[in-house]
Amino acid sequence: MRLMRSSSIKSWGLAIALVLICLALSLAKPGFLTIPNLLNVMRQISINGILAVGVTYVILTGGVDLSLGSLVAVSGVVAASLAHPNQHILALPVLMGVLTGTLGGAINGLVVTRGKVAPFIATLGMMTVARGLALVLSSGRPVSNLSAEFTRLGGDLAGVPIPVIVLAAIACLSAVFLQNLRLGRYIYAVGGNEMAATASGINVAAVKMFSYGTCGALAGVAGVVLAARITTGQPNAGVGYELDAIAAVVIGGTSLSGGVGSIGGTILGALLIGVINNGLDLLNVTSYYQSIVKGVIIVGAVCLDQKQHKS
Amino acid sequence: MPGRHILHVRNLCKSFPGAQVLTNVSLDVQAGTIHAMMGENGAGKSTLMKILVGLQTADAGEILFNGQPWRIKNPHDALKRGVAMIHQELLPFRNLSVAENIAMGREPTRWFPGWIDRPALALEATRVLARLCSPLAPGRKMMDLSVAEMQTVEIAKALAYDASLIIMDEPTSAISQREVDALFNLIRDLKQRGVTVIYISHKMDEIFRIADAITVLRDGYHITTRPAHELDDRQLISLMVGRELAPPAPARSSCQREPALEVNRLTLPGKFHDISFTLHRGEILGLAGLMGAGRTELVSAIYGLAPAASGDIRIRGRHLTITSPAAALAAGIALVSEDRKLFGLVPQMSVQHNLTLSSLRQHWINRQREAALADSQIQTFAIKVAGRHQRVMHLSGGNQQKVVLAKALLSNPDILILDEPTRGIDIGAKTEIYALINRLANAGTAVLLVSSELPELLLLSDRLLVMRQGQLSARFNTRQTSPQEILKFAMPA
Repeated sequence: MRLMRSSSIKSWGLAIALVLICLALSLAKPGFLTIPNLLNVMRQISINGILAVGVTYVILTGGVDLSLGSLVAVSGVVAASLAHPNQHILALPVLMGVLTGTLGGAINGLVVTRGKVAPFIATLGMMTVARGLALVLSSGRPVSNLSAEFTRLGGDLAGVPIPVIVLAAIACLSAVFLQNLRLGRYIYAVGGNEMAATASGINVAAVKMFSYGTCGALAGVAGVVLAARITTGQPNAGVGYELDAIAAVVIGGTSLSGGVGSIGGTILGALLIGVINNGLDLLNVTSYYQSIVKGVIIVGAVCLDQKQHKS
Repeated sequence: MPGRHILHVRNLCKSFPGAQVLTNVSLDVQAGTIHAMMGENGAGKSTLMKILVGLQTADAGEILFNGQPWRIKNPHDALKRGVAMIHQELLPFRNLSVAENIAMGREPTRWFPGWIDRPALALEATRVLARLCSPLAPGRKMMDLSVAEMQTVEIAKALAYDASLIIMDEPTSAISQREVDALFNLIRDLKQRGVTVIYISHKMDEIFRIADAITVLRDGYHITTRPAHELDDRQLISLMVGRELAPPAPARSSCQREPALEVNRLTLPGKFHDISFTLHRGEILGLAGLMGAGRTELVSAIYGLAPAASGDIRIRGRHLTITSPAAALAAGIALVSEDRKLFGLVPQMSVQHNLTLSSLRQHWINRQREAALADSQIQTFAIKVAGRHQRVMHLSGGNQQKVVLAKALLSNPDILILDEPTRGIDIGAKTEIYALINRLANAGTAVLLVSSELPELLLLSDRLLVMRQGQLSARFNTRQTSPQEILKFAMPA
């Protein structure tokens, strides 16, 4: 409930839509509403969910981050190459993976605030650079032979997938952060009206740096979790992930122009995408059609949202 | 030449939420004359002109153009039917050429629809520019032109559309004296061709140099329309200002007060130059001047939004370098900006969040305390809201302004800078804000009040500074001066 508190009625609309779709699916396919399948859905959305929460910080400030997918790859490669059996304790590969993402995000932030480069361009550059870096570091080959401790991060804990636990923790912390901390409030203010934020004594550049840095850090987390799950550091992993993450954020009612949105909405958006993918799988719809359906839903959701805004 | 009227305005009314801007305005403009439109800021001149060119619609009343009812949807519509407006802030297509700008909206085509006939385009531009005796090359890019040259292009565009009425809104505010002379020759030339010009300006000498007739508006009412030769400077100023002023502010003894803010030789090239003054505790210091005199730039510099290049500032006797609003707030300075949309409010955020935005002291927000603070500010300032969670964008202008004020005061400033604190708000809210400013000063706050409304300055301030073209042109004790005198020092020499 905490996640939902300050999110507006449109998130409730989204929640209702999600419940309706779940109901319809459970009627059509009894296999849908089972605990294993629901856990499966959660596992499938965990990576996208973590990235979507991260990019929510950036989108709330009125920016965007296109480098997420590449940061996932490079973080995964860095973590994996430190995670061979008997090489290091578990903490080091995890830490270095997350730090790699954080560094990428921080550079994005620097280019946007100091270099005055539009976020779209700055992070587009990082997208290419980080992808190249992932290929260089891995010599273009998947980094395999990882320690059991590391790959266990992609497994279950007491029956619940660890990636899902990570996502839940990140989402809760972020929701509390954005609602209760001064810096969280400032993120909304910067996205809502940068000039007014400056005039209110807010260090806009610092707020943006924090947002891009956090987004990068969460991309690092996603990279580590993904590497653990697929038990390799894949330099070609994560292509297009940024777009799925942005789609979840937008479906969740966060405005691309900044200042409006919530983590609750983002999680609902990610869930909606996940449930629909899963449902189409269960209904034996080929992935070619799934792509079409997903695109229509993204645009449709935003369309509806715009209509609500007008009225 | 007493001729026919090109324009009749009858009983025009226009109000914005909370403010009546035009009340039963009726006037006639004779064809082929240069008609000056005068009045203080907020008198309703721009609104009237915006209605004429279709940027706004009137609530009631009638406009006849060449005897026909004037019903248009937008400025392009107006242009096609012979009325052009040249705005104070020109907005040309900077990356396009002079010829392309002149032809914008009715490009000649050939071969098939949509294919621009470039030779014809250039020819048309050359033809119109020749009519204006302008040496401008049609192929030059707009961004390479001076403001005066851009104006010429705008006039050429109006001529290309065969405009019979051209409205010029303060065309000389950003051009040199030599360019002004050239512009006036152009305007006289237009008149020779039978084009009617409505000319808006604050500059007396220009008006008397060029205008045939003068219309004065004040507070949204039409005061008079007379031939220019029947008026002189003094009469015109008193017509513009001439209203009953409310009784002077209760006297506060301004002697023997500690200085709160001392500004010494503050300069920002191109904006303001060599400004020195002292603001005392418990004092309201007025800052008068016309738009563009550099007042907003000056207070922005003091607040750290756009710091000055040289000079120094002392706060309570201590030398301080303020390079950001954060530093200003820490030093006890708060600013209520003239542009609340741009600098004052985050429109999508709630009233509560806006109110506390510059007063969040701890990292963890105490939401109960925040809510209580917001509620108390809402009550103190009588802000009409559905609740503290209402988005600020849904409030009326007056209530938005109160939010901005309440927000500034929540930071407990010793020095409060108010830049046009009552712009665009109704008379009731105005009175409340006046009472509030007086209360604050009596409680020891130092108030620097920037306003374009002379009655407001005369009512509230203890002392007055006048700015003209970036410099301080006069200092007055409010009780020993008059609107005429202030205006004299505010008008460009």
